[in-house]
Amino acid sequence: MIPIEHILLLSAVLFTLGVLGVMLRRNVIIIFMSIELMLNAVNLSFVTFARSMDSMTGVIFIFFIIVVAAAEAVVGLSIILSIFRTRKTLNIDEFNILKW
Amino acid sequence: MSQIWLVPAFPLLGFLLNGFFGKRFGTRFVSFVGPLAIALSFAQSLVLFFQMLEAEGNILKEHLYTWIASGNFEVGINFQVDQLSALYLLVITGVGFLIHVYSVGYMDGESGYYRFFAYLNLFVFFMLILVLGDSFLLMFVGWEGVGLCSYLLIGYYFEKESAAEAAKKAFLFNRIGDFGVLSAVLLIFLSFGSIEFATVNAEAATRLEFGGTLVTAITLLLFLGATGKSAQIPLFVWLPDAMEGPTPVSALIHAATMVTAGLYMVARLSHLFVLAPFTMNVIAVIGAATALLAATIAITQTDIKRVLAYSTVSQLGYMFLAMGVGAFGAGVFHVMTHAFFKALLFLGSGSVILAIHHEQDMRKMGALKNKLPITYITMLLGTFAISGIPFFSGFFSKDEILWKAFSSPLGSPWLWGVGFLTAGLTAFYMFRMIYLTFHGNSRLDAHTAEHVHESPFTITVPLMILAVLAVTGGFFGVPHVFNLIPNGMENYFHGFFAEIPSGHGAVSTEWTLMAFSVGFALLAWFVASRLYHSGFELAAGFRRKWEWAYQLSLNKWYIDELYNTIIIQPGRLISTYLLWRLFDQNVIDRAVNTTGTVARTIGNTIRPFQNGLIQNYALVFTLGTFLILWYVM
Repeated sequence: MIPIEHILLLSAVLFTLGVLGVMLRRNVIIIFMSIELMLNAVNLSFVTFARSMDSMTGVIFIFFIIVVAAAEAVVGLSIILSIFRTRKTLNIDEFNILKW
Repeated sequence: MSQIWLVPAFPLLGFLLNGFFGKRFGTRFVSFVGPLAIALSFAQSLVLFFQMLEAEGNILKEHLYTWIASGNFEVGINFQVDQLSALYLLVITGVGFLIHVYSVGYMDGESGYYRFFAYLNLFVFFMLILVLGDSFLLMFVGWEGVGLCSYLLIGYYFEKESAAEAAKKAFLFNRIGDFGVLSAVLLIFLSFGSIEFATVNAEAATRLEFGGTLVTAITLLLFLGATGKSAQIPLFVWLPDAMEGPTPVSALIHAATMVTAGLYMVARLSHLFVLAPFTMNVIAVIGAATALLAATIAITQTDIKRVLAYSTVSQLGYMFLAMGVGAFGAGVFHVMTHAFFKALLFLGSGSVILAIHHEQDMRKMGALKNKLPITYITMLLGTFAISGIPFFSGFFSKDEILWKAFSSPLGSPWLWGVGFLTAGLTAFYMFRMIYLTFHGNSRLDAHTAEHVHESPFTITVPLMILAVLAVTGGFFGVPHVFNLIPNGMENYFHGFFAEIPSGHGAVSTEWTLMAFSVGFALLAWFVASRLYHSGFELAAGFRRKWEWAYQLSLNKWYIDELYNTIIIQPGRLISTYLLWRLFDQNVIDRAVNTTGTVARTIGNTIRPFQNGLIQNYALVFTLGTFLILWYVM
């Protein structure tokens, strides 16, 4: 049995990687993937606690998160696609017209 | 039930029909509905008049609707018909009906024909509310309503600038008076706890001290309102300008009915007014002064309607003189006779104006006697009446007023003297008008002269009826001294007005004074005929001799210029420099602009934070999260 701390640490590391990816990378697809990574890091924490507490609540949360993530992927990818069509680039620094 | 509400309901219905459907249904519909509404109203007024005479205490009351109920203060839409309002009802609807019929002929072919009749009906409605209301508030509704209709009708030809200006002037001057009435009503409410005429009249003597400050203030404020509505010094200047309206309007509103509203109010509150001898003196002096001032202006005016307008102001002054010396009955009697002969004279002048294609300058008339026989004879009868030629209506009422001004304890020989002088001037300017218009040589241009013809029967029939009334109307109130028939007016108003101690003075004095005033009027007639019958050399000679007096009179004593200098110009200066440049620009505009500047500066300062770079937002968001976590743990 792997100690619970190890799994939580892994989850934290994955989440931090996701945050850093969102903040530092420029490619929209990568940023999008980093968001998914953060979601899955959270999922990992949930399943760990569900297991250690012997409760189904955490697992139910995971189902919801997966559903939401799927929906988000549909919407997000379509947005990215249409942005790419109009601006011919995926560099997020170029998408700065929504200001002031 | 006496169904008082029907009286104002007919004109209101007429107004609604004419106002909303008149344009669609055409002139025939309008000329049918407009006069019919007033005729029905007149019929109902007649019924009410006789019911009132037989009723207990000579009063009919009707409660329609509770308007305001607050604690033990209650104002209802209550109508009452008593001696005073019944007389006014008959004059308003009777003379009003004749003028409506006249208007059918006079306004024929004018644009906005339906609008004219709608306004005229609305005016009659408000005037009836004014005299039927049993409380100050309802009277005030009518009071404001007739002011509005007066404004609308003076400005009937609103595309003409002078008409629009005159309408504005009338409205503003009336507003000053309205301020007085409102303040007085508030004071009455504070001291009586009620604003019903019956309560105020009944309790005035017990609640208010005779000659006290409060009652003097209340009555003076009410009188201020009366000077506005009834065109007395200092607020009379709007009335002559009101002649910009169509002639029937001048006849109905600015001669026969609306301008007597101020007198109605004073007469209605006679029990209150007699408690303030100071106010009574003010009323008498102002009335006499107005009568004389307006008469001196009228003798040189060249516009036929202006002569009549100043004559109206002068006659209203007479009526106030009567009120001021406590002769309320005589004042109201003169209101009635004046309504007959002044409406007649105005309508006659309208007939002349119509016949010569809207020319109002008497210097361009002359010799119309044979071309307009009916107009001439009726106007001549009206002139006899107003000049106080014996046994015409104006003679009785004017003589009654002059005698009361002389003999009443509140009167004085001085007041009589002013009235006497005015009577002579009245005869002079009226006969001057007659001679300039109908006698002498024709001064019309040839083209107009060919086309002069007598007005249609819708115009001449009202003239003839009014002429009969103007001749015979005086027999309702033959003074005692004649011993012919009982003084109908006095019996009619028996016990209605506040009593003042009866005057001194022998019958022989009354005969002498009467002979004096009649003699003076006849002399004035003679002078006018010498000056104006044919050839004006004599008149021109007088003019050269007293050029300054002529100019003073022609320019209306420069009162308009005086008001312009002491009120309008300072008002404009204050508005421009104090209110606009100083207050408006420096305080209000600055406050608004500062608010804008503050918002813009703050916005400019924090705007760069929203730079559109999503990763910046993510960074701030993350840092924020850390901050909260750090704070929590």
